[in-house]
Amino acid sequence: MAQIPVELVKLLIALVAIAAFVGLNGLVLVYLERKVAGFVQRRPGPYEVGPQGLLQPLADAVKLIGKQLFTPSGSDKLLFWMAPILSFMPVLLLFLPIPFGPVATGMEMDLGLLLILAFAGLNVLAICLAGWGSNNKWGILGAARAVAQSVAYEIPLLLSVLAIAFMTGSLNLTTVVEGQGGWPWQWNVFLQPLAFIIYFISALGETNRAPFDLPEAESELTAGFHTEYSGMGFGMFFLAEYANMIVVCSVAAALFLGGWQGPFFDGAWWFLAKVYTLLLVMIWLRWTYPRVRFDQLLNINWKWLMPLALLNLFITAFVMKL
Amino acid sequence: MSVIKKFWDDVTSLWSLIVGLKVTGKNFVDKNVTLHYPRETVTSGQLEGFRGPLELIGKPKAPAKPKCIACMMCVTACPSKCITVVKAKAPKPTEAELQAMKEAEERGEKVKKPKAPKEPVKFFYDFSLCSLCGSCVENCPAKALRYSSNVYLTVTDRKELKMDLLARLGAQAEASIAEKEAQKAAESPKNIEAETTEKQAGTES
Ligand code: SF4
Ligand code: SF4
Repeated sequence: MAQIPVELVKLLIALVAIAAFVGLNGLVLVYLERKVAGFVQRRPGPYEVGPQGLLQPLADAVKLIGKQLFTPSGSDKLLFWMAPILSFMPVLLLFLPIPFGPVATGMEMDLGLLLILAFAGLNVLAICLAGWGSNNKWGILGAARAVAQSVAYEIPLLLSVLAIAFMTGSLNLTTVVEGQGGWPWQWNVFLQPLAFIIYFISALGETNRAPFDLPEAESELTAGFHTEYSGMGFGMFFLAEYANMIVVCSVAAALFLGGWQGPFFDGAWWFLAKVYTLLLVMIWLRWTYPRVRFDQLLNINWKWLMPLALLNLFITAFVMKL
Repeated sequence: MSVIKKFWDDVTSLWSLIVGLKVTGKNFVDKNVTLHYPRETVTSGQLEGFRGPLELIGKPKAPAKPKCIACMMCVTACPSKCITVVKAKAPKPTEAELQAMKEAEERGEKVKKPKAPKEPVKFFYDFSLCSLCGSCVENCPAKALRYSSNVYLTVTDRKELKMDLLARLGAQAEASIAEKEAQKAAESPKNIEAETTEKQAGTES
């Protein structure tokens, strides 16, 4: 029997661990989102199912799984069902290069950051297919909105990430983390505050989070690209969105907030604490700001984020050259 | 110049975003205002601003009679047409009175015909149509309408939501009179004596 390469085994374990992590996080984030929404509106949020409503997301999941999978007539069946899978599957890959802890990295690679950015783009394709495959004009319109938004916000996101890459001279996330210190003032966010802000805003746009959640807009715009999806078809998009949120927050934590390094004891808990803090801020923003109009959304991007990101990049390049 | 000013306006308006975060942040850490209904019930202090189905307000001296002057303002103001008011008609004069009036007229005197009293004889309200918009309450010149604080209203038939507000007011007035009497009875010294003797009798036997 030929030897099974160690790398492959490690990769498999990492993928399984990531799948478990993503699933679990979906539940935790659904719960958090609803609790925060409740508290902001001075309600208790989920309360009845389990202590403090802890089992509510599980009940939601069971309900979602139990629902009938419905294919609209006249739709392209293959594309229609490929879309949710295509939106969810690449997400698992996105977690591979993220350094959760000093040793807990799925696969360390020199072009890790590039891999994340490249595969994150697949989501746009998935949304495009979903809208097209649905044979529904609201689906198509929603998909068009989503694609315009994703493509637009990807640029400032890239530019702000690039500024960090210029500074550290590496696209390897582990190297970037190691380049920073444990204490907050040694983190990149203090050298590149503008890049951090731009990154965070673009990340909101990229993950379709409020106030930039026009692609989905469940109730107000007759929903978006997922109008026709029922049960787990919708659930996959949902899960992918939450997983994407974790990815962008993880990347932010690694690039700007010192990753797993922290005061006193380094370790994965620092990383998770930072990621969850950022996620909480994202949820907080969602329940604070009203949704922007679509032209406002594009204006924010093209008139503000893009020029600022470019400026920031030029200044960084200039300073690094000196 | 205006471009720079606009730019500066945009930058300064960023502050409002932070204010927004502060508002929701404060709410986040504040106490819940929701009650866990079957386990807790609402006290009257928590009902400030609550809009229950409409009810009529009685006259201070005759609580069973509404302050309403049957002016129809609420009926006209209501966008959902849920209020029906029927004005009271002038009382029909008796034979003798008619005769007297006729005679007076013949003598060339001015005759005072009986006028309709300014009050409703019917006041119906369909809560199933009402959006609790408040137009009727605001427009009533006699201030004869208000929201009830009926939090736990439940019915099993839509028809039950058609309410006779006059009957409701009468029932309320009766209930409040009965309550007052009960209170008085409980407070009066005679009763206390009676009670105590009763109690003593109870312990003795
Ligand atoms: S609250 Fe509005 S809808 Fe209801 S009875 Fe009054 S005017 Fe009509
Ligand atoms: S507006 Fe007031 S006074 Fe006039 S009919 Fe309605 S309740 Fe009566």
